[in-house]
Amino acid sequence: MNRAGDAGRIPLPHGVNANDKAGGKMRALWRRTILALLAGVMAMLSGMAAQAGDIAPKVPIDKSKGSCVLPGDQMRREHMKILMHRRDNTLYKGIRGGKASFSACLTCHMVKDAQGKPVTIKSPKHFCRVCHDFAAVRPDCWSCHKSVPEAGDAGNQAMLKGFGSGQVKGRMFAQLRDFVQEGRK
Amino acid sequence: MKKRTHYDLLRAGVGYYTALGAMGVLVLIGLAAAFYMEHHGHIVTGMTNEIVWGMPHVFAVFLIIAASGVLNVASIGTVFGKTPYKPLGRLSAVMAAAVLAGGLSILVLDLGRPDRLVVAMTKYNFHSIFAWNIYLYNGFFAVVLLYLYTQMSQDFRVRRFYKPAGVLAFVWRLILTTGTGSIFGWLVARQPYDLAIFAPMFIALSFSFGLAIFTLLMVAMMRGDERPVGHALVARMGRLLGVFVAAAAYFTVVWMLTDLYAAEHRSVISYLFASGNLYSWLYWAGFIGLGTIVPMALVFSSGARRSHAPVVLASLLVIAGGIALVYFVIIGGQSYPLVLFPGMEASSSYNDGQVYSYAPSLPEVLLGIGGMALAVAITLVASKVLHILPTTLADADVDPHLAAEGEVVEMKKAA
Amino acid sequence: MTDPHNSHEHEEARRNNGAEELDAARRAFLRNSAAAGVVALGGGLTLYTISGEALAKKAEEPLDPKKRWGMLIDTSKCTSGCDKCVEACKKENGWEAKPGSRTDVQWIRKVDVKDPKTGFLASLPVMCQHCANPPCVDVCPTGASMQRADGIVRVNMHICIGCRYCMMACPYKARSFVHEDIPEERKRFHAPMGKGCVTSCDFCAHRVDVGQIPACAEACPEGAMLFGDMNDPESALSKRLREIRSYQIRADLGTDNGIRYTRLP
Repeated sequence: MNRAGDAGRIPLPHGVNANDKAGGKMRALWRRTILALLAGVMAMLSGMAAQAGDIAPKVPIDKSKGSCVLPGDQMRREHMKILMHRRDNTLYKGIRGGKASFSACLTCHMVKDAQGKPVTIKSPKHFCRVCHDFAAVRPDCWSCHKSVPEAGDAGNQAMLKGFGSGQVKGRMFAQLRDFVQEGRK
Repeated sequence: MKKRTHYDLLRAGVGYYTALGAMGVLVLIGLAAAFYMEHHGHIVTGMTNEIVWGMPHVFAVFLIIAASGVLNVASIGTVFGKTPYKPLGRLSAVMAAAVLAGGLSILVLDLGRPDRLVVAMTKYNFHSIFAWNIYLYNGFFAVVLLYLYTQMSQDFRVRRFYKPAGVLAFVWRLILTTGTGSIFGWLVARQPYDLAIFAPMFIALSFSFGLAIFTLLMVAMMRGDERPVGHALVARMGRLLGVFVAAAAYFTVVWMLTDLYAAEHRSVISYLFASGNLYSWLYWAGFIGLGTIVPMALVFSSGARRSHAPVVLASLLVIAGGIALVYFVIIGGQSYPLVLFPGMEASSSYNDGQVYSYAPSLPEVLLGIGGMALAVAITLVASKVLHILPTTLADADVDPHLAAEGEVVEMKKAA
Repeated sequence: MTDPHNSHEHEEARRNNGAEELDAARRAFLRNSAAAGVVALGGGLTLYTISGEALAKKAEEPLDPKKRWGMLIDTSKCTSGCDKCVEACKKENGWEAKPGSRTDVQWIRKVDVKDPKTGFLASLPVMCQHCANPPCVDVCPTGASMQRADGIVRVNMHICIGCRYCMMACPYKARSFVHEDIPEERKRFHAPMGKGCVTSCDFCAHRVDVGQIPACAEACPEGAMLFGDMNDPESALSKRLREIRSYQIRADLGTDNGIRYTRLP
């Protein structure tokens, strides 16, 4: 097996060398096994993707507060992109409030505990943790950010009161949808 | 005709493994200290909103300055063509990279958010000398690698570029050390800093710290591996060290005199250099006394030609004096209160107008020591896997002229 | 909420019945209302008018790069014991600092100044000066220390690596490093701060962006802090800066501060 001509070749199990005629059947068997395994894995993956909605946890949301920003599946995939885009808009351009503001996220997705107080990130019932604990991905946000909406928050209040014309809200939502769909910053 | 230098791997004996093991333990302790600081926040350190850079930065800046100077030894051989230094080129290059790695690791682990190192390496603000320094440090590694390659390659076509690579390394590290000095020199806010002299001062310091560290480690490794090291060679390096420490002290004295002359800065100078506080002691007793005068006396003594001990001791003292000076610059410089209202006395809940005190904490010091241990550990391991340590540095083997020098001295004594 | 000083002066002027006094009172009223005139809307939202013109920006609009936010502090009205501006900032932005603490976050503090040769005493609030040439923005390696187009200088804490170089560079000691985790109860939604990052006064950008003025300016009972747009020649701030000599702390550094003081010790 360790001949000079074998330098650089990946050692295969006995009977699979090109020079080995008796290995023809073995090779065929290997090929079939590998193909079957690949097919099985792919089937499993596609099945899992289709059923992602079934096994992933449901993020709590209070739909009475307003209409959703995006459908659930899309939100699950793209929420970090949206968050970062909004974050840069707020930091560099001073754009705040509105349908997809951080304040709105916390308000609509707020979960209350037995006493009626909103749960903070410390509780596993917090809407971010419901999914992130399941996916074992730790978000870095909460070392700095407050995890419950703040009463008397000007942006929050403005949004809840439906400030601004419907035109403005609609324009913002359209921008957001365009951004997500076309990847425009 | 000079004999060709042979390089050999360091022997993996008891001494090697003991030294490596000790360094490894110190590195692990340093890592544990860094984790402790990151987990609990900097509240567990002695650093505050007033003294924002503490012991980790003292060690890190010392190592970063020294790394540039360690490479200087190779430059003396390559760029300036001094024969006795030519066999030291490979070791110098590797040690320079190791010392820089040690210093940078301390700096990175002390960050408030070390998990954001990737951010630091992808988002740059080119107005900041700090950002330029990140490029310069990474480039230093690349340049050292290139330099080493041109020295060690079996291919003569590559070895032809040994001198240009050496010149590039020399120029790169001058720019790098200027950048490091400018981190302090370009701060308008602080009275002790904000002076152009910081850049050349750091370059002079780098020559002296680097040569001291190199001499110490080189003699230790060669003698530990029982390879001959010539007395004349070490004496010559010692005399060069003497010149470098004098130059470094000169720049600090110019710093002091410039500030003394300007009424605006005079109070700073009297506070730092003349008030009998810790900082004055560190400067005069630590840097000037132990770190400059005593080493110069040692290396220019006649005993230096006959034994390694004076030069080795001088190197140790230069290192200690160097750390004292860096502490003086970084922490002393920060301890002088920011002047918002010139000529006035200020007080507030944020400690305006008062001298800021600082007490180093254990995690900071352990992190700093861990970084130094990392530098030594990398050098040891590199010497064991790469052919960088010369088999002999005896005077006759390195440079017949050196040996002749030694002989002349011996003959005179006999006569 | 009406300003007690306003009604008092107006009352006095009416009582005196003299034309000059009334004019002076009217001027004083306008000056004070310019600083602290308030129109209360429903639902807890208040809109602050500056000489009758609203600060105008709605939350969802981007900021106007033609503006430059600044503040004039009338130090003759500052007394040594008063720290209402500091308390308001603490309440608005969620930081607490024990006096003399060296590791607590402080966005604003009152500095008491004494001339050692003459014994002259003064007291004034010092916070981030929102320089036009901010040294902190120059030195930040990642660009986290940033200056918005409307002049507000702040830290983008998402990319701050906590190196503290901006703290070395700031001449006014305006920046604080967060040395430990902030408990959830103390966090404020509009002032996120976290362990390991540097933080400083951001001119209450979250209030300015919805048409309000900073908490410190609103809270000052003397109306000493006048906030406005320095680039608008018709704003109350610009008009006042034309009338009265104002100074920057350490003007010699060339940082061109947005915060100006009527008298500096």
